[in-house]
Amino acid sequence: MEYGFTTAAYVVAAVLFIQSLGGLSGQESAKRAVWYGIVGMALAVLATLYGPGAGNWALSIVMIAAGGGIGWVVAQRVQMTEMPQLVAAMHSLVGLAAVFIGFNAHIEMARVATMQAANDTAALADLAQFAASVAHKTAAEISVLKIEVFLGVFIGAITFTGSIVAYGKLAGKMNTAATKLPGGHMLNAGAALLSAILLILYFQGAGSWTLMLMTLLAFFIGYHLIMGIGGADMPVVVSMLNSYSGWAAAAIGFSLSNDLLIVVGALVGSSGAILSYIMCKAMNRSFISVILGGFGGPAGEQMAVEGEQIAIDADGVASALNEADSVIIIPGYGMAVAQAQQSVSELTRKLRAAGKEVRFAIHPVAGRLPGHMNVLLAEARVPYDIVMEMDEINDDFPSTDVAIVIGSNDIVNPAAQEDPNSPIAGMPVLECWKAKQVFVSKRGQGTGYSGIENPLFYKENTRMFYGDAKASIDALLPMID
Amino acid sequence: MKIGAPKEIFPGENRVAMTPESAQALQKLGHTCLIETGAGAAAGFEDAAYTAAGVEVVASAQALFDAADVVVKVREPVAEEIALLKEGQTVISFFWPGQNTELLEQAKDRGATVVAMDMVPRISRAQKMDALSSMANIAGYRAVIEAGNNFGRFFTGQVTAAGKVPPAKVLVVGAGVAGLAAIGTATSLGAITMAFDVRPEVAEQIESMGAEFVFLEFDEPAQDGAATGGYAAPSSPEFREKQLEKFRELAPDVDIVITTALIPGRPAPKLWTEDMVKMMKRGSVVVDLAAERGGNCDLTVPDEKITTENGVTIVGYTDFPSRMGTQSSTLYSNNIRHMLADLTPAKDGVINHNMEDDVIRGATATHAGEITFPPPPPKVQAIAAVKREKPKELTAEEKRAAETAAFKAQTRQQVTLLGVGGVLLLLAGIFAPASFMAHFIVFVLACYVGFQVIWGVSHSLHTPLMAITNAISSIIILGALLQIGSGSWLVMILAALSVFMAGINIFGGFMVTRRMLAMFQKS
Repeated sequence: MEYGFTTAAYVVAAVLFIQSLGGLSGQESAKRAVWYGIVGMALAVLATLYGPGAGNWALSIVMIAAGGGIGWVVAQRVQMTEMPQLVAAMHSLVGLAAVFIGFNAHIEMARVATMQAANDTAALADLAQFAASVAHKTAAEISVLKIEVFLGVFIGAITFTGSIVAYGKLAGKMNTAATKLPGGHMLNAGAALLSAILLILYFQGAGSWTLMLMTLLAFFIGYHLIMGIGGADMPVVVSMLNSYSGWAAAAIGFSLSNDLLIVVGALVGSSGAILSYIMCKAMNRSFISVILGGFGGPAGEQMAVEGEQIAIDADGVASALNEADSVIIIPGYGMAVAQAQQSVSELTRKLRAAGKEVRFAIHPVAGRLPGHMNVLLAEARVPYDIVMEMDEINDDFPSTDVAIVIGSNDIVNPAAQEDPNSPIAGMPVLECWKAKQVFVSKRGQGTGYSGIENPLFYKENTRMFYGDAKASIDALLPMID
Repeated sequence: MKIGAPKEIFPGENRVAMTPESAQALQKLGHTCLIETGAGAAAGFEDAAYTAAGVEVVASAQALFDAADVVVKVREPVAEEIALLKEGQTVISFFWPGQNTELLEQAKDRGATVVAMDMVPRISRAQKMDALSSMANIAGYRAVIEAGNNFGRFFTGQVTAAGKVPPAKVLVVGAGVAGLAAIGTATSLGAITMAFDVRPEVAEQIESMGAEFVFLEFDEPAQDGAATGGYAAPSSPEFREKQLEKFRELAPDVDIVITTALIPGRPAPKLWTEDMVKMMKRGSVVVDLAAERGGNCDLTVPDEKITTENGVTIVGYTDFPSRMGTQSSTLYSNNIRHMLADLTPAKDGVINHNMEDDVIRGATATHAGEITFPPPPPKVQAIAAVKREKPKELTAEEKRAAETAAFKAQTRQQVTLLGVGGVLLLLAGIFAPASFMAHFIVFVLACYVGFQVIWGVSHSLHTPLMAITNAISSIIILGALLQIGSGSWLVMILAALSVFMAGINIFGGFMVTRRMLAMFQKS
């Protein structure tokens, strides 16, 4: 009876989760979709507590309340620009939880095995929850269980360290450049191979040391894998880690024979994988090469960039804007860093009030998360119907008077189209240089995230508007009429 | 060849088609020049000045027509003048062959060649002989001067010891050559100038002259001036309504309205209606540069200046260039001179009427006893038309073939994937225990659902999607909940920690997603 109720609740929860993901297809339905997710989660937790196999209610509720309180406060306080870091940090929690749960499963198995060996029927009868179900398993089922536990821990551990590194890179606490220990991919491959050997050993009953050693190896793989991926690819990485955390949950679901865990884990896992794939396609990158560590080496000599960067002051930009009829703004990570989205929104409002056509061009990988710019602009109350995707707006640049590039670099790099030897050759970019005039708001003369020289800055119709994005835009505002 | 300019016989016409200066240039081309006595007097050129420039002054029109091979004029020749023409003679003047078909017939019958200055094609090479533009430029300037003459206030705003003067507000309707000249004149006099045109691409030119472009919000595909050789085309009734509405809004506010809206080959559009005139302040001025073609203003009386009951002056003069005879004669005679220079390519005083030349062909209305109007479209487009690439239309068969091919490829791909997946599943089924397989099917189906659902998520929502999947991935809490009641204290502690961490994730993830989504708004 109780079991039936729990299963029914799980089905409802699973449907709600699917609705929740599907609802994100539109801005308006998305607001509803969150509630589906919340209700689904609440239902799943309550049904599990109510259903068979749950115990220690008091502790569970205290822990949920404590964790929930912290999560609530963090989510309220976090700046929208810090969103990528937060998501990465939260992934690491899921990864670590998966590792712990996997360990637990192993400990229980070991306990049951000891009891069975000692033929301690009284103790066996006393077992509760998961341990009880383990006790009833056949030898074959135990073997499968071992593989599942091992995989769950492996993926969970990679997710844990990987997410921490991603968090460090996104939060600027770690060097964002792609760095590898000597040995590079061989180290990863070696660690993975060793883990496979350990799996075989564990399978044959080699004991807990194999599991421990494998966990350490997986920690290393997660760390080294993400360290080897450059900052520009971070959006893909975050989404990939998201996928990993889903697979870890699914693996744990297998070991615990919990269908809801499997379903939701698979949902999250596949959605993360698809998302990474979509983003890789948008960047014209090989999915595999991004996952295995950043850029391939350039095939030949890169084109030398000729000319010089010509600077302009706020007066010049303002007068050009006052004269322009159509303006396209291309925001990038620099806008997020400088917290300039409010100023940009104000600029947009003023220009629109003056009867000019203002639109935003968002590259699929602008920022450090997919859709990062959309979120920031939405926060600054820029209406979303003037925020365009690359494909929607790329053809409009030739008929545009002014393009303003705010803190983006690689996504407006003409080398992607002009220089076949450029590391980003073939990546679709926003063709802002086709506008009559381009202003680039930038801190200094340095290169972008990927470390590539940008010929856009040397073009004849480009003027460099040096300075902090927020300060620059704020200086512009009073001059726009 | 002998080139002669008769006195204009149209009443009030002050211009003359030849000035002493242009005559000297013509002589350099190998021509000799004649002028009817007193022809340049109204424009400020005395006979003596002509004589000094080497021009022969003849006593009458009859004598001039008899002597000259080429007659240059300003206004179109009237019937009496055409009667004086002889075979093989050339007349260069404004002619309006579209409207003056009868004159054209007569000219043809006389066997004369007519070069209409108003038919010079609007291409870059012909700009130096574009008399319409040079006259429009003068008209635009003069319109502002006439307006100022009838307007009782300063154009510029002043704060003086004797009190404050607000600046005049000028609205220019139609930003062609005349409109732009009016804008330039009005702004340089210090007025606040606004301008309107149906062709949005001239907004830039308007603003470059220092006026504010009156922006009309309208969804209709904007007119492309390039398609009509830089001229405006008639607009839809809806657009017109919207336009009039905007004018009504402006009418009480403006002091001076200068209308210059003309559509080639049509009567002038009525843009400044009677009720707008009524709304205007006492002392305001309307100058209607389109008066000759019926006027843009309802109340315009051609060739007259009227004052309405509410004290608005409406100037309907049609002879603005003529009112500045010296200036317009200088410019017009230069246009004529450039035309003759093109007609005498060898500079040897022999007219070579080359009908292959785009400009000469375009301007010629009759030649060698035949009417050559209307001319074929010029080979060179006036303004480079905006290129619009049309996607290649596939034929029905091609489409079907492409569809079938795509369908086949898709089928092949899907069948391969399903086949491989199915075999793998079956293999797993052979070795794995039944309880595992039950879960495994659920897993595979869930993966499939995940793939299907995510493809539809819009790009801008990828970050919220990530946040929500992150929140949902904390479903792992279930695993911890199932273990927390274990008898082993180690398991309990680890499980409790997991519940704690997952708890953070659940609340944090959903809260963040909600915050993000709450920000999306429509304008």
